Amino acid sequence: MLGFVIRRLLTSVVVLFLASILVFTAVALGGDPLAELRSNPLTPPQVIEAKRRELNLDKPVPVRYGIWLKGFLSGDMGKDNRNRDVQNRISRAFFLTLRMSVIAAFVAVVLAIAVGVYSAVRQYSISDYVFTFTGFLFLSMPVFWLAALLKLYGAVRFNNLFGEDVTIVYTAGAQSPNLPEGFWARMADYAGHLALPALALALISYAAWSRYQRATMLDVLNSDYVRLARAKGLKSSRVLVRHALRNALIPLTTVVAIDIGAVFAGAVITETVFAWQGMGRLLIQSIRTYDANTLLAWMMVVGVFVILFNLVADILYGVLDPRIRV
Amino acid sequence: MSVTDPSTEGAPSLRPGGGTAAPEREFTVTARSQGRMVLRRFLQHRLAVASGIILILVVLLALLGGRFWKYSHEELTDELSSPPSLEHPMGTDGPGHDNFAQVLRGAQKSVQIALTVALVSTTIGTLIGALAGYYRGITDTLLMRFTDLLLVIPALVFFALLANRFAGSGWLALSFSLAAILWTTIARVVRGVFLSLREKEYVEAARALGASDRRIMFRHLLPNAAGPIIVNATITVAVAILVETSLSFIGLGVQIPDTSLGRLISVNQQAATTRPWLFYFPGLFIIIIALTVNFLGDGLRDAFDPTQRRVRA
Repeated sequence: MLGFVIRRLLTSVVVLFLASILVFTAVALGGDPLAELRSNPLTPPQVIEAKRRELNLDKPVPVRYGIWLKGFLSGDMGKDNRNRDVQNRISRAFFLTLRMSVIAAFVAVVLAIAVGVYSAVRQYSISDYVFTFTGFLFLSMPVFWLAALLKLYGAVRFNNLFGEDVTIVYTAGAQSPNLPEGFWARMADYAGHLALPALALALISYAAWSRYQRATMLDVLNSDYVRLARAKGLKSSRVLVRHALRNALIPLTTVVAIDIGAVFAGAVITETVFAWQGMGRLLIQSIRTYDANTLLAWMMVVGVFVILFNLVADILYGVLDPRIRV
Repeated sequence: MSVTDPSTEGAPSLRPGGGTAAPEREFTVTARSQGRMVLRRFLQHRLAVASGIILILVVLLALLGGRFWKYSHEELTDELSSPPSLEHPMGTDGPGHDNFAQVLRGAQKSVQIALTVALVSTTIGTLIGALAGYYRGITDTLLMRFTDLLLVIPALVFFALLANRFAGSGWLALSFSLAAILWTTIARVVRGVFLSLREKEYVEAARALGASDRRIMFRHLLPNAAGPIIVNATITVAVAILVETSLSFIGLGVQIPDTSLGRLISVNQQAATTRPWLFYFPGLFIIIIALTVNFLGDGLRDAFDPTQRRVRA
């Protein structure tokens, strides 16, 4: 087990290292970070030259990569093109987007298990077909469209339910500009801002997972040991929960872990609809301005997050099902 | 497109039970090829067949509809922001563009991109997966580590980077950038199939007869891997259309002066409460395309591999 974890971590480090070279080269050859500065004819050439030297653009690409790598290894993510601290900006944006991803993933998992199990138990019933169809529908729906739909039509209707000038769910930003006083008021404010984007993301992620949960639950329900449990005369609720469900949950952990990167990417798209200052905005900005340091920090942070999540899932898989040797 | 052919060609003559050739004797047994059995199973899946037909119609409409519609997507009409009517079935936008022409144009780009991505990524993925699975050893390790590399890094960074880099140079470049990432799933599937198939007796027989590696790979193994490849290629169309529209939505995909369904939604979402037709129709097109593709893929999977079907409780 320990050997497995170490091996996995080592390969991950190599993979991230190679990925950083790829991304750095792509950014460096992609475009000119000073294009905006140059486009203004009034900028004196000395300023451009100074900026060029400041960003090390006068050095060849491998040297620039070396500078970045040296800084990164000593825990310094460097400055962005406008001389702002990358680490500060990334960590703020990351936790914002992470908050949405985690809550959406949690809601999606709970929903997927409930619907998947119900569909499996009532296979080929009308509700099973309805759930199957809605699952396919969400699977085929772009997340930004659903998000925009909720924002434009859901939010207003929902708020109107509670009277004219009441705002329960918000449609812009991750929090109000002037946060209310008090812990609960603040939490309510966060939740109100989080509700719609997280719901959109959860519905999209839930679709594939519920299909998967239904399939594994059916597998388990048709297995011999469940038949035995029934034959012993156990109550059907006990068979379902204690015998079937416990085993049917194991494969889902892997699927969720593998998909967590996709959920995060979905969050990046969703937050642009709701004007969050999260990872999505940072990604688009840094790509537009060819900001190598920000982009690399972005990739590293998200990459490490995804890798760690996959690792935890693999370990969990072995713990949940002792027959599986990791 | 090749995926959907079976549902149209030769369908009438293959209705189960309605054999065309009358048996010569009472107990004549006519051999059924693998392809016919797959087709027969597929045709029994009514939802998948219906999805296939709708998909073909929508794709044709997207690819060719723009030529026959009375307005072009750049044309300005006198009606500004008018709701859907007989003259403008999907209404018009603020400057007076006919929304149906816009949606057709957007759908054309999105469909072109999705089909190209599926074709290119399936080709690359099949080739790499086949090489890795057939030769194993160092080839396998190298190719699969490379695949891991693309799977582990947040794909969004690469999509965004490539899309931003090549978006200005047209939809074809954008398709190739998307395909450059999306081939990994198919490579993994094909590798898995090849790994198990290469141990079969018929491969050994072919090798004993002196068949070359290339012949074994392409004449013996590839046809047997066709099922998973076709199913994955179908699903890739749905994935590609969702990724492309998302990128175009955040402004990194298809660029002005061209348009795609994602860009239309992004442009129109501000006006959506007052002119909902501008927002709904492009989204509806995406959903119809992706939904029918997914149903089709599901039907094909059942048809190719009936053993995967869940046991009926």
